[in-house]
Amino acid sequence: MTDTSITAPAIAGTPTTPAGSAGRRFASLFITHAILITGAAFILLPFLWMLVTSIKPPDEVFNAQLRIWPKHFYGFENYAMALTSAPLLRFALNGIIVCGGILIIQLLTAIPCAYALAKLRFPGRNLLFVLVLLGLCVPEQVPALPIYIALAKMDLLNTYFAMMVPFFLSVFAIFLFRQFFRSFPDDIIHAARLDGMSEFEIVWRIVTPSAMPAIAAFAVFSFVAHWNDLYWPLIVISDVNLAPPPLGMMFFSDAEAGTNYGALTAAATILTAPLLLAFLFARRRFIEGITMTGVK
Amino acid sequence: MSVTAVSAPIARPGARQAFIERLVAGGFALPALLLLVLTILVPLGVLAYLSFTDYELGDVDLHYVGLQNITAALTDPEFRRALKNTLIYVAIVLPGSVILSLLVAVLVHRRKRTRSLYEIIYFLPVTSTFIAMATVWQFLLHPSLGPVSAVLRWLGIGEIAFLSNPSLALPTLAVIGIWQLVGFNMILFLAGLSTIPKDLYEAAEIDGCGGEIDRFLTITWPLLGPTTMFVIVTSSITAFKVFDTVAVLTHGGPVGSTEVLLYKVYLEGFQYFRMAYASVLTFIFLIFILVFSILQTVVMDRRVHY
Amino acid sequence: MAAVDIKNLSKSFGAHKVLKDINLSIKDGEFLTLVGPSGCGKSTLIRIIAGLEPQSSGSIFVDGAPIDHLRPHERRIAMVFQSYALYPHMSVFNNIALPLTMTGLSLYERLPLIRLLSPRRRRVMQEIGKEVRAIASQLQIEPLLERKPAQLSGGQRQRVALGRAMVRQPAAFLMDEPLSNLDAKLRVHMRSELAELHQRLGATFVYVTHDQVEAMTMSSRVAMMEGGDILQLGTPDELYDRPANVQVAQFIGSPTINLIPTTVGAGGRLELLGKPLQIDTGLQTGEKATIGVRPEMILPGAAARQSPDQVSLAATLRRSEHLGSEKILHFDVPSLPGISVTSRIGAGVPDAEVENTELLFNPSACHVFDAAGNRVDAQSQGASSAAPKGKLRLAEGARAS
Repeated sequence: MTDTSITAPAIAGTPTTPAGSAGRRFASLFITHAILITGAAFILLPFLWMLVTSIKPPDEVFNAQLRIWPKHFYGFENYAMALTSAPLLRFALNGIIVCGGILIIQLLTAIPCAYALAKLRFPGRNLLFVLVLLGLCVPEQVPALPIYIALAKMDLLNTYFAMMVPFFLSVFAIFLFRQFFRSFPDDIIHAARLDGMSEFEIVWRIVTPSAMPAIAAFAVFSFVAHWNDLYWPLIVISDVNLAPPPLGMMFFSDAEAGTNYGALTAAATILTAPLLLAFLFARRRFIEGITMTGVK
Repeated sequence: MSVTAVSAPIARPGARQAFIERLVAGGFALPALLLLVLTILVPLGVLAYLSFTDYELGDVDLHYVGLQNITAALTDPEFRRALKNTLIYVAIVLPGSVILSLLVAVLVHRRKRTRSLYEIIYFLPVTSTFIAMATVWQFLLHPSLGPVSAVLRWLGIGEIAFLSNPSLALPTLAVIGIWQLVGFNMILFLAGLSTIPKDLYEAAEIDGCGGEIDRFLTITWPLLGPTTMFVIVTSSITAFKVFDTVAVLTHGGPVGSTEVLLYKVYLEGFQYFRMAYASVLTFIFLIFILVFSILQTVVMDRRVHY
Repeated sequence: MAAVDIKNLSKSFGAHKVLKDINLSIKDGEFLTLVGPSGCGKSTLIRIIAGLEPQSSGSIFVDGAPIDHLRPHERRIAMVFQSYALYPHMSVFNNIALPLTMTGLSLYERLPLIRLLSPRRRRVMQEIGKEVRAIASQLQIEPLLERKPAQLSGGQRQRVALGRAMVRQPAAFLMDEPLSNLDAKLRVHMRSELAELHQRLGATFVYVTHDQVEAMTMSSRVAMMEGGDILQLGTPDELYDRPANVQVAQFIGSPTINLIPTTVGAGGRLELLGKPLQIDTGLQTGEKATIGVRPEMILPGAAARQSPDQVSLAATLRRSEHLGSEKILHFDVPSLPGISVTSRIGAGVPDAEVENTELLFNPSACHVFDAAGNRVDAQSQGASSAAPKGKLRLAEGARAS
């Protein structure tokens, strides 16, 4: 039954010498890292240049040389300039207020709703879930217009509230937590009910703590997404004092248009640093949270 | 309100229990439902309504104009340009980010000691404040001051005005878009790669499938199918929603060559305040996104595992 | 088909030595089982033979030629994995054909689209098709050729994995616990199928399992491993009848052998509870020794055939397991606290009769192990010796002789 013409070549065995296979391995390793390092260079280039420029004085910036370390260290001046001519810390503070406020309301509304969808029976449950799914498909920019009109009419533009309103509801959080709660054992809930606990207590004291990993990951996702959001703040905010980081950066960039790149990159560094440092410290949580959109 | 299953002395305990459950559930779901109605459904309805009017912000009254806005949009050369720009942008960012991230993921997946390092590096753009980085990119690409131009001059090519050249601006933004997306997609691919059982590769190695290309074609690529489709669809949606780079770097210029769909919506709605017209544009935008989202759901269901 | 020789093979993962200087000669055509508890190194050994792991030191030879530097597919071995490792996205046909397409076609002939340009490819694929179908009919999986692995049952998947291995016509088949994912009944069935396959092919099988029943029923020889060493290499009968040490004695045989501690008395004669046994060893007086008695050799009085030189232990029944044709009785022996003695008898004797009884066994049925656990060859006296007549009474409550 054998047709040795097929199996003969390799089965006869062309033994590779130890040197040959080691050479092959080295070559593949070399190519791999060459590609990865080239890509990494592309990725790191802006960061590197941002740091480098932020410590250069204006004349060196305009010299357009490819120097890494400046002749004259101008870092303090640039950073001081950035911090004073633009209220960067104020921007960061705004970011924290807005993102924090959004997150709290998101959790407060999404967790009970997700619990109800997962564990309780009520009329309209399926309809609600369909609406949630629909909401997942609607990006933030779509309801922006009507909400803006409403806020304008109510004279609520240029407020923290205005910045947070469209995001109070996170259908994504509802969807995510519902998945999680569904796999929570019913028996524990029954036991709690038998013990006399109200549903409200059950949700917050028993089920929520068990969902902490998912909540933490979502918190990261939500915080980062809204920290970096430009579209909505751009629309509703014109007061510099209320600007969150991206908008603030844009204001600053417009103000310094084309001139003080040293201060601009210093500002960019200051605004980028918090998230970056948080990322480096809590990498796992970060990646989980941000790629939650993958789980979607 | 305490809900006990046992102690209530009732003729039909089941019915009362069910009623209370429904009440409680309603209470739990109410805030979210309210928000859903107020922030999604009502706005959608208002958008639909406004599309058929001539409303502009500040108007005291508005008039019904039928399909006028829609036909205006479809024949508006600026709108078509915006749509075309957006699609070109997606056409560059999509293959660029997916292929690069796949390549990087496959290479990084096998590393042991350097894996964390590469993961961190490639993921940095995702965590950085994008507007800040966009400003840095602006400086990087500056024709006279930026290092990229310096390198080009050194190579003898001369300066290139990336962002102020109408035919180069959009591709440049696309490259920045790829820069931002590669790390994110890489993580998704890495997750997909980790679901492929290791002993498949071992069995393949014994079967003669040892070379990198063979491994990839025979096992990696087919089994990554669902992940790949997913990455493609989410990247399309993300790319389609491009706005930030345009708003900060080019403001739609030069000569409207980087005016993308969302930016046009922004201009019409919040600069020119032609709300009714912007509503129509928003709806067209939504339809595109819906199509992509449906594709996403369909694809995920269909290509589920063997 | 080929003989596989393993010489001085060692493997360490960091500081942890998983295989310690293994020497093993596997004969051409034999069914050799590597058996042992988890972590004994058997899977690592087989993976090293396959080329999936490099060894830390030592060599492997196939038919006298060293294969250490060869990559897995060059080594003329085939492997069946515990999880079968079938390619889930390929049909059964393609799964079995893969080894042939990998070796029979060049890289260009395999690349999608480009391969359409190769005229040779069509011819080669036809030949491959014939071979695959031949193997499939041998394994009776022809009707399944177009299905995907997910649509197959466990037993069918295993046959596909076997087919994929057979199609390479390897020098040796390596199998890493292929039956452990099957349910009990199917496992029994597949055991005999594998044994028959081995006979039919006449190939060298190297089989890894932690199940001693598989090892005993399927193999020509068994190598019992523990802690990175081979404790004993021999036929199943040899391992059962003459275990080389306590670990082997305990691992092979179900229910587990009974181990009773003894001491060495005057002249190397063993003593149990202070009374001499009719077992003479070459050990030093005062040393500790252990005797092992198989459950079928230590019987309650009601079931035992009495003979004068039997040893007797008073015992109370703690638990009995009824298996239909036989019973397994677990006894507590008051004079040996902490030691549970298991006895296996036919189903005819009711439990009540063995509630409180004597357990009897022949000294000649004992396996003797020294203090280190190694087998000691001992002389046990027969009934005609000059030793005291009558039963040795080692506990109170003696019966009338």
